[in-house]
Amino acid sequence: MSNPYLPLEAEIIERIQESPGLFTLRLRLTDPTQQAAYTFKPGQFNMLYLHGVGEVAISIVSDPQDEQIIDHTIRAVGRVTHGIEQLKRGDRIGLRGPYGNGWPMARAEQKDVVVITGGLGCAPVVSVIEYVARRRERFGHLNIVQGVKHSSDFIWRERYDNWRQLADTQVLLAADAGEPIWPWHIGRVTDLFEQLRFNPTQVMVVMCGPEGMMKVVVKNMLERGVSEDDLYLSMERNMHCGIGHCGHCQYGDKFICRDGPIFTYAEIKSLFKVKGF
Amino acid sequence: MRENLSFLAHDDFPSLLATVQAAGYHTIGPQLRDGTIIFDTLNSVDQLPKGIHDQQAPGSYRLEKSDSPRLFAWANGPQAIKPFLFTPREVLWRSQRSETGELSFSTGEPEVKPTAIIGVRPCDIAALYLQDKHFLQQEKVDPYYKKRREQLLLIAVNCTHPAKTCFCASSGDGPQAHYGFDIALTELDDGFLLEAHNQRGGELLEKLAAQPATEAQQQHAEQALTHAAEQQTRQLPGQNLNEALFKNLQHPQWQKIADRCLGCGNCTAVCPTCFCHSEGELAALDGQSSEHYREWDSCFSPGHSYIHGITIRPDTRTQYRQWMTHKLGSWHAQYGRSGCVGCGRCISWCPVGIDLTAEAAIICGEDNKNE
Repeated sequence: MSNPYLPLEAEIIERIQESPGLFTLRLRLTDPTQQAAYTFKPGQFNMLYLHGVGEVAISIVSDPQDEQIIDHTIRAVGRVTHGIEQLKRGDRIGLRGPYGNGWPMARAEQKDVVVITGGLGCAPVVSVIEYVARRRERFGHLNIVQGVKHSSDFIWRERYDNWRQLADTQVLLAADAGEPIWPWHIGRVTDLFEQLRFNPTQVMVVMCGPEGMMKVVVKNMLERGVSEDDLYLSMERNMHCGIGHCGHCQYGDKFICRDGPIFTYAEIKSLFKVKGF
Repeated sequence: MRENLSFLAHDDFPSLLATVQAAGYHTIGPQLRDGTIIFDTLNSVDQLPKGIHDQQAPGSYRLEKSDSPRLFAWANGPQAIKPFLFTPREVLWRSQRSETGELSFSTGEPEVKPTAIIGVRPCDIAALYLQDKHFLQQEKVDPYYKKRREQLLLIAVNCTHPAKTCFCASSGDGPQAHYGFDIALTELDDGFLLEAHNQRGGELLEKLAAQPATEAQQQHAEQALTHAAEQQTRQLPGQNLNEALFKNLQHPQWQKIADRCLGCGNCTAVCPTCFCHSEGELAALDGQSSEHYREWDSCFSPGHSYIHGITIRPDTRTQYRQWMTHKLGSWHAQYGRSGCVGCGRCISWCPVGIDLTAEAAIICGEDNKNE
């Protein structure tokens, strides 16, 4: 029996500094057989291990078709991520996964797609955008909405510019506060919702970010007639094991690591507005 | 009463332990330590708590001694059999870094000897089955728990002396064991009724000089177990607690509990079904090798709900609410039954005597009235 707790060794193929404190690690499992056998879905995550320090749950941001590389964009906020920040190309790391259910992309085919992120929550939905971009003809109108606190928090400007060039796609950006050179909206991300173009009965709305922001999005979307089953939220809680054993990520009867981290609003609405779960 | 029961006099009881040991099992059983009854390696029946009785109440546990020849005339102490399967702390794996920076990982899966636990109570068997569901009956199986579980032989003791804090009769988990054991004992004044539940148990019993149980002995045992159930006064509210508790998340009683609760986590430490654990890292001083371990955690620790700078449950009110809504509520959705087996430990070992059954009844009170 294989031990689901045991990490595999991965090598850092490339390290990209996205902004101060935010970086992307491009990883490859050092055993070619393990790398060949490794598959994942958009929205899944890995447990990354820094030798001598510990493990942390991080979303996968690369595309499932990139079989040779596994990308993670990481913000240095805690003990483990501050340590991982120090690693360089060629350094080794532990990796186990993928875990979680991922975004149900098959359910979105032929439908409009609305991607809304706030704060620094973009990483888990990058995989959705890239997935749609690579298979553009299989999806309807694509709306990409990103809100940040300050314009200097905005990363991946080039990537957003590329997405803007995609067929039948609009990119809407907002910063609560911005420098004069910020060419997009200054104010709440919710101010942009009027500009969204989608058919409320043929849409998949995916969101990621602070729960306060997601609450506002949910309210707005329900008012526009989107079904609770078409609203997808990426949830986050403390995770130690990633496989439904350690108990930290429980959300009512759900284990976010195993049953999520993606849930429809219908699945979690009974607890979503209650503090403390 | 069941068929094929046999009787073993107290004087012959050492032969049961000897037989199990001769069959190759490491034996574990109840014994006195630090004013409580706990389970540890049992080499001789002389270690068993002969003539010991317990007095339990909310926030209180006391032992007394009498001249009784009985070995099991007491209700459960603080420790369940949980630590023998889901250990309080264990190394999951080790990481080794080479001179050139490569990492290799090796498992910390234990070597486990066949182990027999003597004196397991029905509530703790029910708890074991719940832990089996959590750690084994999953897509991802826990290999550490599995190794220990596969080596386990259980000799149950039906409860004839429940404590005031016990409510296994209402939870349906006692006082008599109906599943999950190899051999079950019911203690009488002069000895034990023995029941084999499976072939392995039957083969062990065949080696003993036990007599067929008489009609009178069986009646005595039956009466003792009926009496043990009738003695219990506590019970959980009868309605669907998963529904009732989550309907009452803003009930003022949560704060009233928090005003008394110390947040110490004793309830979660003595609970035989609590499975939460944290993972941690112990690096060697040379920086080349490191142990990745796990240890029991509690939803009463603020770190339990910590995520990048936010503590989801920063206060005792939300921590206690998590404990109770999970234990009595969402367990039903997760594992098909309550996470409570009626052992009453969380009541006895709460330093301020918070009574789970009483608090649940208050919080679900409106629904009680509707019934």
